[in-house]
Amino acid sequence: MTVMGKVVATEQPLLKVEGLTKRYGPRIGCADVSFDLWPGEVLGIVGESGSGKSTLLSCLAGHQRADLGRVSYDGRDVLAMSETERRRLSRTDWAYVHQNPRDGLRMGVSAGGNVGERLMAVGARHYGEIRGKALDWLGRVEIAADRVDDRPSAFSGGMQQRLQIARNLVTSPRLVCMDEPTGGLDVSVQARLLDLLRGLVRDLGLSVIIVTHDLAVVRLLAHRLMVMKSGRVVEQGLTDQVLDDPQHAYTQLLVSSVLQV
Amino acid sequence: MTEHLAAGAYNFAYLDEQTKRMIRRAILKGIAVPGYQVPFASREMPMPYGWGTGGVQVTAACLVPEDRLKVIDQGADDTTNAVSIRRFFQRTAGVAVTEATGQATVIQTRHRIPESALKQGQILVYQVPIPEPLRFLEPRETETRKMHELEEYGLMHVKLYEDIARHGQIATSYAYPVRVEGRYVMDPSPIPKFDNPKLSGNPAIQLFGAGREQRIYALPPWTQAVSLDFDDHPFETSKAPHDCDLCGAKDSYLDEVITDDQGGRMFVCSDTDYCAGRRARGMKGRLWAPEPEGAA
Repeated sequence: MTVMGKVVATEQPLLKVEGLTKRYGPRIGCADVSFDLWPGEVLGIVGESGSGKSTLLSCLAGHQRADLGRVSYDGRDVLAMSETERRRLSRTDWAYVHQNPRDGLRMGVSAGGNVGERLMAVGARHYGEIRGKALDWLGRVEIAADRVDDRPSAFSGGMQQRLQIARNLVTSPRLVCMDEPTGGLDVSVQARLLDLLRGLVRDLGLSVIIVTHDLAVVRLLAHRLMVMKSGRVVEQGLTDQVLDDPQHAYTQLLVSSVLQV
Repeated sequence: MTEHLAAGAYNFAYLDEQTKRMIRRAILKGIAVPGYQVPFASREMPMPYGWGTGGVQVTAACLVPEDRLKVIDQGADDTTNAVSIRRFFQRTAGVAVTEATGQATVIQTRHRIPESALKQGQILVYQVPIPEPLRFLEPRETETRKMHELEEYGLMHVKLYEDIARHGQIATSYAYPVRVEGRYVMDPSPIPKFDNPKLSGNPAIQLFGAGREQRIYALPPWTQAVSLDFDDHPFETSKAPHDCDLCGAKDSYLDEVITDDQGGRMFVCSDTDYCAGRRARGMKGRLWAPEPEGAA
């Protein structure tokens, strides 16, 4: 199935962000960030540590309250939404992949229970069906079916991250936020995870915001790229364009800092 | 001596009147919002936490001099906990006490609901160790409150899912969570799930007191309480597959009693009043033998 097959042509972006600002007291978390995210699009956000990437993502996902600006999802104002509605959205239509899988998983609950949690949260009450879906999703993220009753604490870091992805995607969300999904994994595991992510994004037609400091990750996954520094967006454009022909001094530094093997 | 202490040393039912008013307000709020855990300023009681300090405070707030009190512990009227609490209220409130379920107006219970059906006008007070049904899945109190507020109870089913995945069936056999009137998910205190059906549509007022955790909640009469389950793994009650060895009852919850070190065992009703009542009406179980003359 291609992206075009899954994505319905629309007149309006899936996510529209205007002038989003978050301050921590006198310090700026992120300031005046605006962008549109269209269905099926992957947006990469890069920048050094402390540049406001994660703040931006957690404001978008509703984990923190933005001070200023507007976020509209599918035509609805996210910041004005009641908490009930926002939490329902974040259980169904949205997904959030944490950098550390321990933050996103329930470590005391089996892999199957982890994947099934979102299903049960939206009202699934048939054990056989929940388990069937959990097994299906474990298969899609390349976790063997006989590990379904093991706890995530018995999994390797890469498996935990894949389990977290399965747990998030089981309710077929449309918007996925990923905060450094490959951080802390060794390169061969990273490569497989990226491969998997690319396949899933393409098959499911997901809209993804991916925050990372790894330029190789965005080169592989992202259609568009946003570069942040000190809480502000300094450059944005098509990924290839930004990486191959950086305009801003900081982007030039970032691109030239990548070690060539 | 009982008269002397009740008259001189203590206020009626131990607690002072202002404290009882505070607890009654919490009880009324609990009754108005069935299944909702109402915080209250739990007092130190002259017994350790875990002995039913929450239940005792609720009972103290409910008692009037005309009441007849029954106290049971795991169904039995004659265990330490039941005897101590019963004696406590005899001394501090001077109320009448009974072991007969039908004659009691207030029944304080630990971990059982009496076998005989309760009537309108009776109050059943439960002792609750941990009132929060979501506690073992979500340790943060702020988060569990939010989950109750927003009716996010999916996590409760994750626990049942884990049970089936690990044991092939829902292995939770006590403190089995119920949904009250389609709204709050409630921990019915550690009663066996055998008793869960009796929670629902009960004509008596059911009050739950957790002393250490400082929570009171309630089921008003005729309130619906549905045990959570899966469509393909429906809720089932469970009991030992035996009849009572003393009274022969087939329908009551049984305790297993080890009788020797040769593997000998017997099963007896955990509700002592129910069992004695049946024997008084001439019903006999497998091992029933009348006590020899002059033994007691």
